[in-house]
Amino acid sequence: MEASPDYAVQMHGITKTFGSFKALDGVDLDVKKQTVHAILGENGAGKSTLMNVLYGLYQADEGEVYLGGQSVQIQSPLDAIAHGIGMVHQHFMLVENFTVTENIILGDEVCHSMGVLDMARAKKEVEKIVDEYGFEVDPDAKIEDITVGMQQRVEILKALYRGADTLILDEPTAVLTPQEITQLIKIMHGLVAKGKTIIIITHKLKEIMESADACTIIRRGRYMGTVDVSKTTEEELASKMVGRHVSLTVEKGPANPGKTVLSVKDLHVKDARGIEQVCGLNIDVRAGEIVGIAGIEGNGQDEFVEAIDGLAKVDSGTISVNGEEIQNTVPRNVLDHKVATIPADRQRFGLVLPFTVAENVILERHQEEAFGKGATLDYGKVRSFTNGLIKEYDIRPADCVDSLAGGLSGGNQQKVIIAREVSSEPDLLVAVQPTRGLDVGAIEFVHKALIRERDRGAAILLISLELDEVMDVADTIAVIHHGKIVGTFKQGTVSEEKVGLLMAGGGKQ
Amino acid sequence: MPDQSSFTRRGFLKGLAGACALGATGALVGCGGSSSDSSSSSDTSSSTATSGTTHKVEMVTDTGGVNDQSFNQISWSGLQRLQQEEGWDVSYLESKQESDYATNLDKAVDDDAELIWAIGFAMADAVGNAAKANPNVQFGIIDNANPTDASNITGVQFRAQESSFIVGYIAACVSKTGMVGNVLGVESDVLRQFEFGYKAGVAYANKEKGLNVQCESQYAESFGDAAKGSSITQRMVSDGCDVVFQAAGGTGVGVINACKDAGIYAIGADMDQSYLAEGTVLTSALKEVDVAIVDVSKRLLSGDLKGGSNITLGLSDDAVGIPEDYSLMGEDVYNDALAVEELIKSGDIVPPATSDDYDKFVASL
Amino acid sequence: MNNTVIKVLRKPITSAIIAILIGFLVAAIVLASAGYDPGASFAALFSGMVGRPRYIVNVIIKATPLLFCGIAVAFAFKVGLFNIGAEGQYILGTVAATIVGIACDLPAVLEIPLVVLSGTIAGALSGALIGWLKAKFGIHEVITSIMFNWISLYLCNYVVSLDVFHQPNTTGTYAVHDTAFTMILPNWKLSDEGQAALANVPVLRDVLVRCDVNVGIIVAVVAAVFIGWLLKRTKMGYEMRAVGLNKDAARFAGINVEKNIVLCMVISGALCGIAGALNITGISPHGISTLAAFENNGFNGLSVAFIAGCSPVACIPASLLFAGLIYGGQTVQQTMGAPSEIISIMIGTIVFCMALGGVIPMLAEHIQRSRAERAEQARKLAAEAGATPVAAAGESGSQKDEDAAEPKAPAEASPKAAEPTDSSEKKGADGDAR
Repeated sequence: MEASPDYAVQMHGITKTFGSFKALDGVDLDVKKQTVHAILGENGAGKSTLMNVLYGLYQADEGEVYLGGQSVQIQSPLDAIAHGIGMVHQHFMLVENFTVTENIILGDEVCHSMGVLDMARAKKEVEKIVDEYGFEVDPDAKIEDITVGMQQRVEILKALYRGADTLILDEPTAVLTPQEITQLIKIMHGLVAKGKTIIIITHKLKEIMESADACTIIRRGRYMGTVDVSKTTEEELASKMVGRHVSLTVEKGPANPGKTVLSVKDLHVKDARGIEQVCGLNIDVRAGEIVGIAGIEGNGQDEFVEAIDGLAKVDSGTISVNGEEIQNTVPRNVLDHKVATIPADRQRFGLVLPFTVAENVILERHQEEAFGKGATLDYGKVRSFTNGLIKEYDIRPADCVDSLAGGLSGGNQQKVIIAREVSSEPDLLVAVQPTRGLDVGAIEFVHKALIRERDRGAAILLISLELDEVMDVADTIAVIHHGKIVGTFKQGTVSEEKVGLLMAGGGKQ
Repeated sequence: MPDQSSFTRRGFLKGLAGACALGATGALVGCGGSSSDSSSSSDTSSSTATSGTTHKVEMVTDTGGVNDQSFNQISWSGLQRLQQEEGWDVSYLESKQESDYATNLDKAVDDDAELIWAIGFAMADAVGNAAKANPNVQFGIIDNANPTDASNITGVQFRAQESSFIVGYIAACVSKTGMVGNVLGVESDVLRQFEFGYKAGVAYANKEKGLNVQCESQYAESFGDAAKGSSITQRMVSDGCDVVFQAAGGTGVGVINACKDAGIYAIGADMDQSYLAEGTVLTSALKEVDVAIVDVSKRLLSGDLKGGSNITLGLSDDAVGIPEDYSLMGEDVYNDALAVEELIKSGDIVPPATSDDYDKFVASL
Repeated sequence: MNNTVIKVLRKPITSAIIAILIGFLVAAIVLASAGYDPGASFAALFSGMVGRPRYIVNVIIKATPLLFCGIAVAFAFKVGLFNIGAEGQYILGTVAATIVGIACDLPAVLEIPLVVLSGTIAGALSGALIGWLKAKFGIHEVITSIMFNWISLYLCNYVVSLDVFHQPNTTGTYAVHDTAFTMILPNWKLSDEGQAALANVPVLRDVLVRCDVNVGIIVAVVAAVFIGWLLKRTKMGYEMRAVGLNKDAARFAGINVEKNIVLCMVISGALCGIAGALNITGISPHGISTLAAFENNGFNGLSVAFIAGCSPVACIPASLLFAGLIYGGQTVQQTMGAPSEIISIMIGTIVFCMALGGVIPMLAEHIQRSRAERAEQARKLAAEAGATPVAAAGESGSQKDEDAAEPKAPAEASPKAAEPTDSSEKKGADGDAR
């Protein structure tokens, strides 16, 4: 496509290699002015690399960049800012104990002639932008006191303050609640209406459908085409992204619930600060069914899981597995009751990143005689066991048995954890946010694994912040709010709106 | 300290006329070089320009190190003087740990040293073993008698009680509060010489001058803990002491600093320590280790002195004493102190070196 | 061929050797600028290290406590603990061994195990307390172990000052009973019979009679191999490494983190304690003495551990090297007349450079990357010129190893290259582990 002033950004034939690895291979991007343009791709596909080239963090090996039809050389972020490009990183770069205004002007301070900060003028300027774009942000609030969604808005304000016409948002929804996502989309449309152009990097199809006008798809560093969002479907996007047909709907047979495996009665758990987070929670999970707990982050899910796993102290109430109480014991005892957990934070709880894949696979099970007699570990046996799992669960690369877990992609790390937890054939599998940060293909894999375990006869407790996931995968949907289950429904008997209302604390049954 | 060397050396060398560098040494020390492993003799051995016989003398410091502002440092200056004046080959080995004593003595032997000085009584056992293993090498040890019956160790000791007696006398005369203190290193016979000599000096002054000066003393149980020396001194100051005598090696540096901070007098030990704190160090109980090392080295290597003996040096040998600077104590006190010195030299006063002797001394006053 | 260079550079042993060479180079500059001939100084250093069989033996003797303490520090480090208290645990080992060795007079078969065990237990108990405070109350081990260093030092001085133990007219205690001695043939070598037998074998005589040859190094090497095996090949070591690398994941996996922390400190302390005990039984003066300052066996063990990259087995050469520098350094002082400060600076410089050894693999990384970039450019030029990309084919063929590691490559090249989710979370996790 020719360079044209109708386009805010055009990148043609961008190639970038790191060592022997080709991160980008002749990628094109044409972003029309005053549109929301999504860049879609799996983790590691090269989306962020492309945007880092645009923002001047990397220099492309090959390719041209045009802004408004003019060829430009962007050598550094300063160049990018001068050309009216602003970037909001996924992880915010804000000073926690500074105010909103201070953070916005940081690095571009309004000064008196003598170099003294003119805070009054700075505040006025910030307030002007806040009003202009309808951001609801208190310029005097400290960053540490405001929500993540607010912080994101501060980042956007920061870019606007520096005169950005084109905004790059890197995975903007990854850290937001569903409500905040809705608000963000509203803000994005507001900005476009005021003449701005927005590029969002994401792998979430639903958000693209809701917010973007056009979508460029990148797969393994290669350009897969650009589609008009209004003329496509999630399935088409997913297939283009992954390179094969992906089923977005969860295919499963009806559940055959058996005896009750997990039974939680009137559970009360406090968090580390002594505030009660689980306040009288009751739930049962039977063998052969998936019970999904939907809820907004911070409603006691973390403490509930920690209580099951023996990591948090239970103040009152009971947690029984197969009729035996396990609360206030040690993690080892919980594991011995055939409880397996896929933790929410896989890099903190699920894996020892500097361990090899083989070493990670036997975590929890290293004491078993199968992996070495007596006090010794037989690495031969560990390896062959691991290789079996690598094959079974298609963990890539296939020869990763001795690679460090930290070197695997997020999806493959998750596969290692699932392989480990499922291979122990647990009676109860607690899956917490099992698809967080995964791309479409990996999500499908995880869901299938959960259903397979259910069909094997395990009781599955699925805890997720993604309402869609709970609605699609769980046989029984429970809603948690303020540390209590506020509603339990059979799959298919409740609407998403109703569950969403309960999650937010409204519409008591 | 004006003209210290001539002051300290006069007389001591009297009995050694012509002892320096005589050909006879060959008979005694020649075999040192022809020991069993002479094949690997070091290439650094004697190559000095001075006429006459040159010798190789080395020393091994104790754990205080060569720059301890005290004992080891004076000893090394003695060896350096041998190098400058006689052209001898000298060097030292520093010990960092007690277990270094043996290996350092061993290295000195390997270096074909004819005479090896061990500085400090802590090395007695190590020297005994080394002498046994190397019967052809002469060893000297400072502050300790020959620890074995070996014929190749010379023990050099000092009657430190004599100089301590004089500084004790001076301290009592100078004190206005009627309290003087004494901080000592690790309790031992050598340190008791300082302790009881000093106390006796105070007692003597009390009797002679009709004073009633009290003396308190404390062992720091360390030769290298300046902080401890400082804190003991502060306690003594709060008890009312206005003169504190240190005989505690590196610990003593803390004593002197604390005295300076409190504005009271300190008395140094071993070397003239007035350079550590001008206006604070009243005087010092000199122990001229360097003089002894120079002299005994020459006598041993000239064959004038046979190994295996013990040498005890005192005031009459000018191996102990006080510096000539009397600006802080005044001329009267200094003259009185010199009179006391003469009495000791003449044997009219025998300063005590042990608790028993001290009791007897006090009773005899 | 260039690939060989990179591979060689990546080997830990290469970086160690290069670091040592650089260390000597810098030390040479230091020596020269202080006015001492570096060549002659190094000659003296090496002749003082290995010039005679006896010197080698003395280096080994001096290396023994450093090796023990080095293993102790390396081991603790693998479990995520920084045992800066090795010094104090070593001292406690010497103190306990001395007390027991003086107080008990048993036949050697009982006395030696008793004395060595007492020192080991003393070190272990101190470690246990530090570990317990960490596990139970979260008090950082660096703080407690530094305090314990001083407590141990003054305890040592206190024991020396007790009349029961203090040998009059020395700064130390009596020697332990000679039945506790762990030298090789301590009595025979000094007996007439032994002297006569040894007279014919000058090397043996030299080594045996004039050194305190003792069994310590054998125990130390066995300990190094054992600890290496324990960490790598046992379930206990596996648990400990998991705790060291990611406490949260370890706890989550049912591993008792607190137990492992205490156990680790017990073993680490025991290794330092046994070092102290074997130094009392193995070398003169066979007792403790008033310490004005730390003797640095434990602190030097720290350096040994980090030179060895915290690998217990690699501590063996590292401790020998370190001991050699210290012991040989005294000869430099003796023959060159250089002040001991210069010697210390020289040793310090060499050790410093060895500690920087980790830079070398990064250098390899850099060479590889710039080479890949050049190759890429060459390929482009070749393509533009319309030539067949022969060079590129050869290049890619020789890069088989790197291709295998491909998924990891971009993350290594620059964390920013990976998706931000992964790289930044990884950073966080790494930070935790540290």
